[in-house]
Amino acid sequence: MTEGKTAPLLQVQDLRVAREGHEILRGVDLQVDAGSVHVVLGLNGSGKSTLAYTLMGAGGYTTLGGSILLEGEDITQEPIDARARRGLTLAWQEPARFEGLSVERYLSLGQPEPDRERLLEALEAVNLDRAYLPRYVDEGLSGGERKRVELAAVFAMRPRLAILDEPDSGIDRFTLDDIATLMRRMASEGSAVLLISHRDEVVQIADHASLICGGRIMQTGLPDVICDRYTQYCSPCEQPIVVERGDSYA
Amino acid sequence: MRDLDLILQAYEASGGDPDLLKNDRVARLVISGNEVIGLNEIQGISMQAEPLEDGVRVRLEVAPGVQIPQPVHLCFGVIPESGVQRIVSDFDIGDGADVAFTAHCTFPNALEVRHVMDGTITVGAGAHMRYHETHYHGETGGVVVEPLARVQVGEGGSYTSTFSLSEGRAGKVAFQYEVDVAEQGSAELNARVMGYGDDEVLVRETIRLNGVGARGLAKSRIALRENARGEVYGTTEGNAAGTRGHIDCIEIVRDEAIANAVPVVRVTDPQAQVTHEAAIGTVDKKELETLLARGLTEEQAVDVIVRGMLEG
Ligand SMILES: Nc1ncnc2c1ncn2[C@@H]1O[C@H](COP(=O)(O)OP(=O)(O)OP(=O)(O)O)[C@@H](O)[C@H]1O
Ligand SMILES: [Mg+2]
Repeated sequence: MTEGKTAPLLQVQDLRVAREGHEILRGVDLQVDAGSVHVVLGLNGSGKSTLAYTLMGAGGYTTLGGSILLEGEDITQEPIDARARRGLTLAWQEPARFEGLSVERYLSLGQPEPDRERLLEALEAVNLDRAYLPRYVDEGLSGGERKRVELAAVFAMRPRLAILDEPDSGIDRFTLDDIATLMRRMASEGSAVLLISHRDEVVQIADHASLICGGRIMQTGLPDVICDRYTQYCSPCEQPIVVERGDSYA
Repeated sequence: MRDLDLILQAYEASGGDPDLLKNDRVARLVISGNEVIGLNEIQGISMQAEPLEDGVRVRLEVAPGVQIPQPVHLCFGVIPESGVQRIVSDFDIGDGADVAFTAHCTFPNALEVRHVMDGTITVGAGAHMRYHETHYHGETGGVVVEPLARVQVGEGGSYTSTFSLSEGRAGKVAFQYEVDVAEQGSAELNARVMGYGDDEVLVRETIRLNGVGARGLAKSRIALRENARGEVYGTTEGNAAGTRGHIDCIEIVRDEAIANAVPVVRVTDPQAQVTHEAAIGTVDKKELETLLARGLTEEQAVDVIVRGMLEG
């Protein structure tokens, strides 16, 4: 495919998704370039997690229309593991717990080949020390620790595109600076990040940002512009204000 | 000694460390069929073993107040393809003593083997006993295992048992544990069993919290596939003020396997509290999807989840 070479890493076109008969994503257009950090900002209930899970291919959602292209290839109908093997992964807003699965093993699961150095590096990147390696990824970890482990697992995997759903929520002392450092590090290794958040400060670390409301991307553009729009105009609204979609980045 | 070598081999294959069975500072008892082939007492522990026609009668005493530094090793096995092994045991843990047991039961060639573990256990006041039993039944499924135990936990004492069978076939396993717990004592029963083929796993556990402030936990983790069957009957009674009991049962079923769980909670004192949770079905969707998002295939992901559950 010649188009594959120039195609953006991720291209979402007019994606419409329903859950239990309710249309939640109502025509999402989004583009993420290789190696970039793209923030999607939106209020509670705007459809952020739904977008994250449908991009990953999680079950329980029905695609009503539109498409998801990864490096030019249509993955809209692909199962999760096939998407993951293409280099797409997700850190869940509320990560699952696993009985009897150690942090060390959990971090290594997504690695193309075993690399212990990388595991230690991943832990360090989220401010956890190696004493966590033998601990279980179960109820014994606090909510914040579990989220850090999730980020470390994504980092250890060296994905092409990591979708991070509210990575900062519930994590104390993991400042914006820490997240920025982690994102930059991932980007420098060639991983792109789609960071989903309701916190406007997060936009500072992005190359691009989009505003989601009522299941639609209302605007995409430079981080400052999106941040202003979000902080000045966004309030929970019954009817999303319909504006032009897919503004160019420039 | 041929039998000893064979049983050591089987013991090692089931995850045991054979050096420990040669170490004189480790108390041990090794029984093959109805023959005692190894017995080592250490200070504070006395053991008597007397052969029965179809097994061995064992009496084990831990002296009051003694802390046994290393786990006592018990190794039971039947090497031939068929046979009966009945271990009738009497464990008496003296007041204030502290002891752990590591038991390995191996029936590597079993086509028709029946192993009955008929135990009476008394844990004295303030004493602590931990019992960890690992089974390896080979790949043929020709084993019937009946662990029966009647346990009395004295005031402020504790009893923890873990039964684990996560390699090879289960065959037919029928547990029957009954535990009575006195004031401020505690009991924890863990059963972790994997079954496939036409294996049958039956767990019957009763914990009676009879003394004020007694605590109990009955936790079962059963993973079944193919045509295996699993039944878990857990009863916990809160019979005194301040008692706290919990039954926690997870059964993961795949293929044609069938599982059921019947938790019974019974409270006869208004200040007692007993809770239960039971989850039976396929693996948790979110756990599965999380591992799929790391690039594991569905089969690999289920395997990781089931193994963790059985080992955790
Ligand atoms: N099964 C369902 N039936 C109807 N509506 C649903 C269902 N599941 C989710 N929704 C709705 O879809 C909308 C989007 O949910 P989503 O979880 O994607 O929001 P979010 O932007 O991630 O919110 P938050 O910031 O709280 O995480 C919400 O309004 C939610 O109530
Ligand atoms: Mg969300």
